[in-house]
Amino acid sequence: MKMEQEAKEYTLSVLTEDKPGLLNRLTIIFSRRKINISSLNVSSSEVAGVSRYTLVVTETKEHLEKVVKQIRKLVDVLGAFVYDEDQIFYQEIALYKVAASAFEQNGMIEKLVRNNGARIIALDKDHIIIEKTGTKHETHELYLALEPFGILEFVRSGRVAISKSKRKTEAFIKELESSRSNKLSIKDF
Amino acid sequence: MEAAVEIKEKKETVLGSEALLKCLLKENVDTIFGYPGGAIMPVYDSLFKYENKLKHVLTRHEQGAVHAAQGYARSSGKVGVCFATSGPGATNLITGIADAQIDSTPLVCITGQVASHLLGSDAFQETDIIGISMPVTKWNFQVSSADEIPYAISRAFYIAASGRPGPVLIDITKNAQQELMEFKYKSCEKIRSYQPYPDVDEDKILEASKLINEAEKPLVLVGQGVTLSGAEKEFKQFIEKAGLPVASTLLGLSALSTKHPLYVGYTGMHGNYGPNLKTNECDLLIAVGMRFDDRVTGDVNKFAKQAKVIHIELDPAEIDKNVKTDVAINADAKQALKLLTPEVQEKSYESWLKEFKNCDDKEHEKVKSQALFPEDGELKMAEVIHQISQITEGKSIVVTDVGQHQMVASRYYQFDQKKSNITSGGLGTMGFCLPAALGAKLGTPKRQVIAIIGDGGFQMTVQELGTIMQYNIDVKILILNNNFLGMVRQWQELFFERRYSFTEMTNPDFVALANSYNISAQRVSERAELDDRINEWLSTEGPSLLEVMVEKEENVFPMVPTGSSVSDVRLE
Repeated sequence: MKMEQEAKEYTLSVLTEDKPGLLNRLTIIFSRRKINISSLNVSSSEVAGVSRYTLVVTETKEHLEKVVKQIRKLVDVLGAFVYDEDQIFYQEIALYKVAASAFEQNGMIEKLVRNNGARIIALDKDHIIIEKTGTKHETHELYLALEPFGILEFVRSGRVAISKSKRKTEAFIKELESSRSNKLSIKDF
Repeated sequence: MEAAVEIKEKKETVLGSEALLKCLLKENVDTIFGYPGGAIMPVYDSLFKYENKLKHVLTRHEQGAVHAAQGYARSSGKVGVCFATSGPGATNLITGIADAQIDSTPLVCITGQVASHLLGSDAFQETDIIGISMPVTKWNFQVSSADEIPYAISRAFYIAASGRPGPVLIDITKNAQQELMEFKYKSCEKIRSYQPYPDVDEDKILEASKLINEAEKPLVLVGQGVTLSGAEKEFKQFIEKAGLPVASTLLGLSALSTKHPLYVGYTGMHGNYGPNLKTNECDLLIAVGMRFDDRVTGDVNKFAKQAKVIHIELDPAEIDKNVKTDVAINADAKQALKLLTPEVQEKSYESWLKEFKNCDDKEHEKVKSQALFPEDGELKMAEVIHQISQITEGKSIVVTDVGQHQMVASRYYQFDQKKSNITSGGLGTMGFCLPAALGAKLGTPKRQVIAIIGDGGFQMTVQELGTIMQYNIDVKILILNNNFLGMVRQWQELFFERRYSFTEMTNPDFVALANSYNISAQRVSERAELDDRINEWLSTEGPSLLEVMVEKEENVFPMVPTGSSVSDVRLE
């Protein structure tokens, strides 16, 4: 093989038929190469019956290219794409549970929520729930800021990403439907 | 569901179990290898009345069924089909499925499953075969209602046979087999998310032909892709026009006659001296339908670094996986070769070919002369294979197991007809041979099928002698018996200072064992008798077995030790 490349964080976007068992088939490809998936999100896409998987992994580009080719081989996978950080817009969502007493003590938490572009989505007599959307770095910043007040529970979602590419999913799938070729998915890499 | 295609025809109501058989008939299945059990009993009950249309071969173990289906597929070129019940029946298929996956063999494996309402409850003989088989199947699917059966089966056959072939598993719950459904069938012709045949990039064809036309020391490595795409003729035209020397991988053997003047030998760990050495001297390596397995490349960092590499390969995931290519043609071998041949110039490489000849002379002096023509001492495996090759004129189908006998058979059987080499290459499955051979015979009844097995591998699936007996399947079985797990012993000798840790075997009387199955058998240990015994064995009507007692501690050379460069191929 060529020189060892450096591992970097990449975002994978995989379009699939909405079929059970596919998540397993997909993750097997990573686990057999001992690649850790740092985040994974599955959702519907803008095309009915088509799911979009968004995965974040830290790997060398060369290694990842081989993985992506193996993902494309899966019968129910329509397309798989790898993106650098600058080829996508992405967000994660974080929820923080803080004791109501801490919130009521002074205006500090409310100020943090405001300054961080977060919001309070639930408020009851025991605790409040804060929601913050942003990059991992941003949600982590708020975590650190809230930590002195006592975080009762914290959860962060997987990354969701949208590429800057001009490709339209629907047109891409139409092309697959009319073609006997898989060149499209290859050159799109 | 895509299967819901409107077909205006008389509707027929059948049980799911019968629908399955009707689907198989629609896919031109004539032979099924299988083993019944609780969760697949409705299918077997329907099979009872289809006995005249579908030949079912009852093996003695589900592993036997799947290997037999593999042998059938590889000799006939059709999809191999096997049945097993849920739980242990299904898990027993896994080795064969994994073997078919790595060696690109088209299979449709049908397993019974507990009723839908019991799924996930650890019911009797329930196992998550969909989960278990996922990493080793090209596709799998669980049918839980009868009306999904045509959809699943049509897709299964399409996926198994198209593109780079592979195994598919369809798991059918018992209730789905017992439900009534309206039968209609339409073969699958397209799946939008699955594009098995890429358009050939003509620029790549031109780039490749330019490299070929400019080469001074080209070498072709031919793999099973040529056999799978049925491109033997196109391949021969291509290499003959461009005058290219050809070396074969293990699974590529028999794609080109070993007697062809441009054939320079077999490459890889126990391949010939010339092809291994010259891989690191050629200026252009043209890989056709092969995947640069580590048993071919040795240390991949020292493999053909001086050469430009052209890779003709149908599976895009194989391109640049192990060896970086200069020109990759992502295409079916037949299609690519048809386009490439008109673009290459007629050439010949006399002095370059002479170098292979010189290597062969050296190999002959150091290895072959002793292996093929020993004057005294115990029988050697190579001389036995050589005799068989001479007597059969290289025209038989040779099915091998895994180990020394496999390497010797691959080295010394002089294949002269296409689709004649059936062996477990990628997975290296001991126990593959006996069931695969019976399947191969049923796939191509007109051809002679010879099973070459070691004493170790023979005992891994020896129960299939029962299948051979019951159906009187004309397989000629050769056991090369050294009372050792020979290849492991060879490694222990060479790399573990002769610590023969658990490789010596006390074996049963194989002749008596075969006789107990009503299979005629004989044993030979004398050189003077070898020829006669082989002739008798091969001319016996029906199945017969020949046990040849061979030298206990014979080593297979040449050898590229694991992790070494192909240039470091050892002759002794």
